[in-house]
Amino acid sequence: MEYLQQALFLIVVGVATFILSKRISRIRQNILLGKDVDLSGNKSARLNKMLLVAFGQKKMFKKPIPAILHFFIYFGFMVINLEVLEFILDGIFGTHRLFASHLGSLYGVLMNIFEFLAVAVLFSCIVFLIRRNILKVKRFHNAEMTKWPKLDGNLILVIEIVLMMAILKMNAADQLLQARMPEHYHQTGTLFFSSMLMPIFENFSTGFLVIIERGAWWFHIIGILGFAIYITYSKHLHIALAFPNTYFSDLNPKGQMNNMDAVTNEVNMMLGIATDQDAAPPQEVGRFGAKDVNDLTWKNILNAYSCTECGRCTSECPANQTGKKLSPRKIMMDVRDRADEVGASLAKGGKGLEDGKSLLGDYITKEEINACTSCNACVEACPININPLEIILEMRRFVAMEESGSPAAWNSMFQNIETNFAPWKFAPTDRFNWANDLRAERKEE
Amino acid sequence: MSETNNKVPTMAEMAASGQSPEILFWVGCAGSFDERYKAVTVAFVKILNKVGVSFAVLGPEESCTGDPARRAGNEFLFQMQAVSNIQVMNGYNIKKVVTACPHCFNTIKNEYPVLGGKYEVIHHSVFLQQLINEGKVGLKGGGEFKGRKITYHDSCYLGRANNIYEAPRKVLEALDAELVEMKRCKTKGFCCGAGGAQMFKDAEKGNKEVNIERTEEALETGADTIAVGCPFCLTMMSDGVKNKEKENAVKVKDLAELIAEAEGL
Repeated sequence: MEYLQQALFLIVVGVATFILSKRISRIRQNILLGKDVDLSGNKSARLNKMLLVAFGQKKMFKKPIPAILHFFIYFGFMVINLEVLEFILDGIFGTHRLFASHLGSLYGVLMNIFEFLAVAVLFSCIVFLIRRNILKVKRFHNAEMTKWPKLDGNLILVIEIVLMMAILKMNAADQLLQARMPEHYHQTGTLFFSSMLMPIFENFSTGFLVIIERGAWWFHIIGILGFAIYITYSKHLHIALAFPNTYFSDLNPKGQMNNMDAVTNEVNMMLGIATDQDAAPPQEVGRFGAKDVNDLTWKNILNAYSCTECGRCTSECPANQTGKKLSPRKIMMDVRDRADEVGASLAKGGKGLEDGKSLLGDYITKEEINACTSCNACVEACPININPLEIILEMRRFVAMEESGSPAAWNSMFQNIETNFAPWKFAPTDRFNWANDLRAERKEE
Repeated sequence: MSETNNKVPTMAEMAASGQSPEILFWVGCAGSFDERYKAVTVAFVKILNKVGVSFAVLGPEESCTGDPARRAGNEFLFQMQAVSNIQVMNGYNIKKVVTACPHCFNTIKNEYPVLGGKYEVIHHSVFLQQLINEGKVGLKGGGEFKGRKITYHDSCYLGRANNIYEAPRKVLEALDAELVEMKRCKTKGFCCGAGGAQMFKDAEKGNKEVNIERTEEALETGADTIAVGCPFCLTMMSDGVKNKEKENAVKVKDLAELIAEAEGL
């Protein structure tokens, strides 16, 4: 019987690990659909960013109440995962509360800390459910937050609540069993929160309590493993990807756009400027700008998989807030959906990128990207430094340079710059006229 | 000081007489052509003359930095502009550039270096703050701004794009006016609606114009002056105030105009 449980446990962990590794490698492949970009430099600045923004949650604290609740869940999950380590070792070795015999009375203290955090997580998740569904915080109810994204948001909170309840239930049953069969159950001392649940279970038979304790144990560990697999399909992937995502944050001023070096070569040739690249053979020039996910960089797609759809970007976006279709969050969701679609197709030996669809057109419309004021409010608002603006501007480059499909007013502006060297239709010879009065006054002296 | 003492030398004139000024004042397209915004250019030139900074402009040799073309997606046109401007500026061996336009500022400071244009670039808000700190510009006699309420509208290309939030506010504080903040300010400042080449086309379909939303917020502060540090913001906020029929009670002014006014220039 003992060995049967251990064998079963190993099978469960093995299957979960297998599925999880398949999912991770698929997501990795999807991210690498993007173009390469070298972000290997500035290691210490990057590490700092990650420590401050991801570990330290610096940008979350712009909104203090959700920040504190989120911090409970974040910190709670990190610490409670230490207990999962005990779960796994117990499962493998067929032991019960393996760490208790090594840690003595410290074990009870640790368990009480874990329970406090479990209750804090529970509390925060309930408040978050209320915010989402009863208080109707506006950013959770935009056009893109229906169906799966909406369900996903609620499911995660419910799963977390159920998992935390399993821990408390297990500990309550365990404490009763400690009193009834001290030879089989390590003494943990009173566990403050779960002991409050003991009255519910105290009339149950010892056999039934064992089943409850074991049941909750299995439920929790299978739940955790299932949750780990679930998040690879969910917006909740940010719990892992927020760290690499902030590490690869843009370190330049937000106003700086990426230079297209392929264009620089052409411009230098046209203007007859000699460059070091003259000797090198002309670069293979791919598509200008971005039409599909493979025209973006892997960092753009990593951004998309890191997005947890909190909507802070959209709620700060001047275009969105004045009723335009553009929503920076939707841009990120679309990039992920398209990368998922292409990845799934390729895995089945399908057409992948050649399926006749594209990110721009089938997911994101010109109306959306044209509405952007490039104000960087979305970039500033993102708690984990996702950059929707870069993607929008890359798509505008495709529209302008590959399709000549910019709005007519922009085409006139281009023409004015080309012929008059100003975006308006003024003669370049009049450019200095503003100083005429000042200069005339001087001549009269 | 009479106006006749105001000089506006060009780089070409300076070079011809063997001089090289300390700074290039980059005027920008709005500064050169926009009827309303030309007053800002003149105000800034008067300040430069008053403090006796050695400066010059490019005059007819200046051309669009390429910012709106780049933001609208036309990288080719942007780089054509950028590379020609850099050739002109490098030809005059320019080291230091001051401009009143945050879009020109951002482009020359952040986007020209990779194309070979490396200069110290300063926005006029920072430049004015330096002049105030050095005591070269200061309020004279009582100050007509005392007791008046001024609100400052953050330009995206100064604020979020380049982290300049304090300099414009320090300039306004020197006026001795009461600086009142809008609900959304500094990192959370709400755009005027003109950035990203929106200045040059109509907005997409929505339920409100961005500049109206922002103007309403500015008017809520009860300020009689909306201070800006950007030609596009000046246009958008002025249009917003006109739309709300408040143009007699509320003025939209650039930082340079306010300082020039306080200095009696």
